Amino acid sequence: MTLTIVSYGIARDILGGAEMSWQVEVSTIGDLKQALVVRYPDFKKLVKFSLAVDEAYQDDAFELKDGDEVVVIPPVSGG
Amino acid sequence: MKSSLFLRLVGDEIWEMGRIEICIVDEPLDVAHCRRYVDDPSAGGQVVFVGTVRNQTKGKEVIRLEFESYVPMAFKELRRIADTAVERWDVSAIVIHHRIGVLDIGDIAVVIAVSTPHRDRAFVACRYIIDMLKQTVPIWKKEVFKDGAVWVAAHP
Repeated sequence: MTLTIVSYGIARDILGGAEMSWQVEVSTIGDLKQALVVRYPDFKKLVKFSLAVDEAYQDDAFELKDGDEVVVIPPVSGG
Repeated sequence: MKSSLFLRLVGDEIWEMGRIEICIVDEPLDVAHCRRYVDDPSAGGQVVFVGTVRNQTKGKEVIRLEFESYVPMAFKELRRIADTAVERWDVSAIVIHHRIGVLDIGDIAVVIAVSTPHRDRAFVACRYIIDMLKQTVPIWKKEVFKDGAVWVAAHP
C-alpha cells in the first residue's frame, strides 16, 4: 500500500523530510514500525517512537489502509 | 492572540463540568490572561504553573530552545488531559497555553492555570496536567548550544 508518512522532531531528521510518500507492504501499525526500523535504523536509537493516525496514538494491532496518513511521534518533550 | 496556530476551545459541553481554554501559539504567552480566565465564584483556590526556558542543561550552556508541535493532535491530547482533571478533582476552570517556535532564555514556554473550590485539588490538578503534558502531548523541544543542538528526551 502507499502511505503518507509525516514526521516531527528527531523523526523528521531521521527520515530526511517532514513528509514522504512510501509504498510499503504492511498491514498494521506494528508492521510499519518494524519496516521503519529496518529501513531507518536510527529509529532503534530512540527511547521509543509511536505512530498516530487520525490525530491519535494507535497501537500495533491497528489496521492500516491504502492512502492513510501516518504521523511518526518521537519521544515528546513539551513543557 | 493572533496566529494561524492559535486554537481555542470553550466547548458548550464542557461548561457543564467546568471551563477549559487550550491554545498553542507562536507568540509570547500572557500569564495575567491565564490567571484571570480561571476566576470563578465557586473557586477558593487558583494555582498557576509557569514553565520558563533555563540557561543550562546538565551544566552545558543553552542558547535558545526551538519548540514544534503536531498541533491538531496536541490539542486533542491536551483536551483529554483537561477533561480528566475536571472529572477527578472537581475543577472550576483550566487554562493550558503552550508556546512554540524559537524561545530565548527566560521566555515562558507553558502556562497552566487551575481553579478549584479548595486549594489542595488545584495543586494536584495542576501538577497532573503538566506531568501528563510532558508524557503524551506531541510537542518537541530542541536545545541549541554554542556547538550544536539536541532534541530533548529523544535518546536514552
